[in-house]
Amino acid sequence: MRFVDEFRDADKAHALAARIADLCEPGRQYKLMEVCGGHTHTIYKHGLEDYLPEQITLVHGPGCPVCVIPMGRVDDAMALAAEPDVIMTSFGDMMRVPGSNGSFFDAKARGTDIRMVYSPLDSLKIARQNPDKRVVFMAIGFETTAPSTAMTVLRAANEGLKNFSIFCNHVTIVPAIKAILDSPDLRLDGFLGPGHVSTVIGCRPYEFIARDYGKPVVVAGFEPLDILQSIYMLMLQLANGQSTVENQYSRVVPWHGNVVALRAIGQTMELRPYFEWRGLGFISHSALKVREQYASFDAELLFSVPGVRVADPKACQCGEVLKGVLKPWECKVFGTACTPETPIGTCMVSPEGACAAYYNYGRLTRQRVKEATRS
Amino acid sequence: MCLGIPGEVIEFLPDQPDLARVNVSGVRRVINIGLLSDDPPKPGEWVLIHVGFALSKIDEDEAAAALEFLEGIGQAYEEELRALQESMIE
Repeated sequence: MRFVDEFRDADKAHALAARIADLCEPGRQYKLMEVCGGHTHTIYKHGLEDYLPEQITLVHGPGCPVCVIPMGRVDDAMALAAEPDVIMTSFGDMMRVPGSNGSFFDAKARGTDIRMVYSPLDSLKIARQNPDKRVVFMAIGFETTAPSTAMTVLRAANEGLKNFSIFCNHVTIVPAIKAILDSPDLRLDGFLGPGHVSTVIGCRPYEFIARDYGKPVVVAGFEPLDILQSIYMLMLQLANGQSTVENQYSRVVPWHGNVVALRAIGQTMELRPYFEWRGLGFISHSALKVREQYASFDAELLFSVPGVRVADPKACQCGEVLKGVLKPWECKVFGTACTPETPIGTCMVSPEGACAAYYNYGRLTRQRVKEATRS
Repeated sequence: MCLGIPGEVIEFLPDQPDLARVNVSGVRRVINIGLLSDDPPKPGEWVLIHVGFALSKIDEDEAAAALEFLEGIGQAYEEELRALQESMIE
């Protein structure tokens, strides 16, 4: 456990925090976005914001794939699941995401055959065991899970499986970051790059952020000291007027990513012209669909999908939270009407969603205390 | 789903070379190692598993740190681990 202690050492954290504080220019405010929900989780759990000088604000980004699925796609999936002889399979994280007529769990309770699986390969097994049924896998996630779906499609094709398809909702992280950079709502100074996604895509896709937008990016690990170290690296670049892509998590993330995984994605999937993200709206070239060559595994072609766009619930401000414009607790329904048990918005569903992470660790940040004492 | 779970490779399945038996928190499970075909792990090496696929090789210290992180997450990790235990991909 030497390593773990090394990455949690409070003295080291304070020493890093002091070096970060030294790099702050007087009077300047810094906004740094952590893109990945896993980072958000670590930040709240360990109260990392309390280590940072007040000039630095951490903004929680859109990197939780469950959180960005729009309601319309959940409704589409439920319509697919209700087709005759269909068995829908889904990751557990997706089961509680609300559509306009409840979640997968609600549909299951109403008698729809929706089964929770750990891996897309489990769906293949269900398809083999149920040759008279049509198994549809609800494929979601960023580049972390897309290779697994791709490999599963390749395997199904190899086996000549006729009763398996995927409802493809895979999204890609880079266009979402670009949408946030182009959004007039928010001025960011730098990014903590996602850890696991980068295992697949590597660090090079972020180079445009440094080159075209002049913002530094540091791909970060998930330990508290990883995150503080990455913030230090961002602040050092800002202090020196630099903007490059650095890899703090090189013990896991190769600079060029996982070539086999990228090849599998490229072989079976292609970019959609546009895709709707919850709260962020339509983003060009931001999601994947099944390639024509594998059309017999594309549930969107095999079944009729309603494809109706459903507006998010009015009270829910997930969009603002996902873009980092609002802090979770600033949402009107946070912790009252919207809780992890009865989520209204997706950010409250996944443990990596900013709202759920904040709710579960219930941290009263300095800012909140200040606001509370002011009013 | 987003959680990367560390597992120690025990052996490869003789008839299916892209599958390996791994030890995850004391539980033996079969996972797919096809995404590491450029540099396959050897028995005794550690991998980070996402939804039944090994996505990257890691060292033992990193595996210990990742495990601690997951155990700290609590319920979500327990659910993920339970799902992994029920997973039967071979």
